[in-house]
Amino acid sequence: MIALLLRDLNLAVRAGGGFGLALAFFLIVVVLVPFGVGPDSAILSAIAPGILWVGALLACLLSLDRIFALDHEDGSLDLLATAPIPLEGVVAMKAAAHWVTTGLPLTLAAPGLGMLLSLEPDAFGWQMLSLALGTPALSMIGTFGAALTVGLKRGGLLLSLLVLPLYVPTLIFGAELVARGADGMATATPLMMLAAITLATVALLPFAAAAAIRINLR
Amino acid sequence: MSLWEYANPVKFMRTSRALLPWFWGLTLVSLAVGLVWGFFLTPEAENFGSTVKIIYVHVPSALMAINAWLMMLVTSLIWLIRRHHVSALAARAAAPIGLTMTVIALITGAIWGEPMWGTYWAWDPRLTSFLILFLFYLGYIALWEAIENPDAAADLTSVLCLVGSVFAILSRYAVNFWNQGLHQGATMSLDKEENIANVYWLPLVITMVAFGLLFVTLVLVRTRTEIRARRIKALIARERMG
Repeated sequence: MIALLLRDLNLAVRAGGGFGLALAFFLIVVVLVPFGVGPDSAILSAIAPGILWVGALLACLLSLDRIFALDHEDGSLDLLATAPIPLEGVVAMKAAAHWVTTGLPLTLAAPGLGMLLSLEPDAFGWQMLSLALGTPALSMIGTFGAALTVGLKRGGLLLSLLVLPLYVPTLIFGAELVARGADGMATATPLMMLAAITLATVALLPFAAAAAIRINLR
Repeated sequence: MSLWEYANPVKFMRTSRALLPWFWGLTLVSLAVGLVWGFFLTPEAENFGSTVKIIYVHVPSALMAINAWLMMLVTSLIWLIRRHHVSALAARAAAPIGLTMTVIALITGAIWGEPMWGTYWAWDPRLTSFLILFLFYLGYIALWEAIENPDAAADLTSVLCLVGSVFAILSRYAVNFWNQGLHQGATMSLDKEENIANVYWLPLVITMVAFGLLFVTLVLVRTRTEIRARRIKALIARERMG
């Protein structure tokens, strides 16, 4: 399973994969927002946590259909499905690779981009914490969506439609955590809920995603 | 004799053909009684004026919007566990009806919200969760449409329905946590003392029953259509082979 993770990471980094792409997309979203709402730093700092979260979510979405599509095309997905390791493990590793190439860089880039949006300095830590906690859930949910649409020729748009409603709870608790942390309010509830969502998706969704892949490969 | 006999398409078609006229009749009668009573024979409420009458469409459609998803959840489970095709087709048939009910509830709510709250839309927890439910229906229907193999489509949409249900409930609580609401709480329940005034209660119950019957009727009709469509497909396939 480690070998699979390394293989996916290698592919992402070498073959012009989604590695830098998601980060660049995130940057562009953050740069475009001030053009849209105006350069007033009071407004920007109020909406910064939400913009960073929505930007991370969209950047995540952008690279989802690559998770299984390429492997499906060249047939390696069939080999992985018949390999001795359980398909659930394969799915979990795919999600992990997706997180390392999108969620992790986005989390690390968040403070720098937060500066552009005049995010309050107190909120930097909270922003990183909430993204670090929440983006694994985004990757895992997205992997499930990608598993549902793996056999489809033009699944990209459908994938967004399927996955975005599933992102709602993560987004709400993630953005709420930053907003509360920045205001110095009690953060235990959103923090625990966000962690719970991530843990539950990582624990349960590999089974649903593996089931979907089995159906699609039948 | 067990319930599962009706999972046989032939048996289902025969039974539903016999039952449908009755369901249509009951639906139309109860709809007519409930709506006419509600619209014309109840007094105007003190603070609401005549807008209170929207309740006779708003509440039943919202009720059915949620129950349609529940029904899809149950039929999806039956399909996954027992592989009865009628069950999967019933889930497929119910989705657009649930979607329509959601839209009706949202639109009547907006029309009611304007005079009462001064706005068509607010990011109130109930309103927001209904909008999210609407998105879930869209995704579910889109997935059905996108996959060509009928069995794979039934399987995948069932999995989506199960996972989606968990996330729908989670969203409901997340949204509650996220914003305080304008929408009033439930004024009808079986275990509470303070229900809404009796004048409004009875016609409202009748319209709720009527919408339930309407839903069952439409699901039966649409399931029959789906079964026929499936048969036509099979006939065409056989024709090509032979």
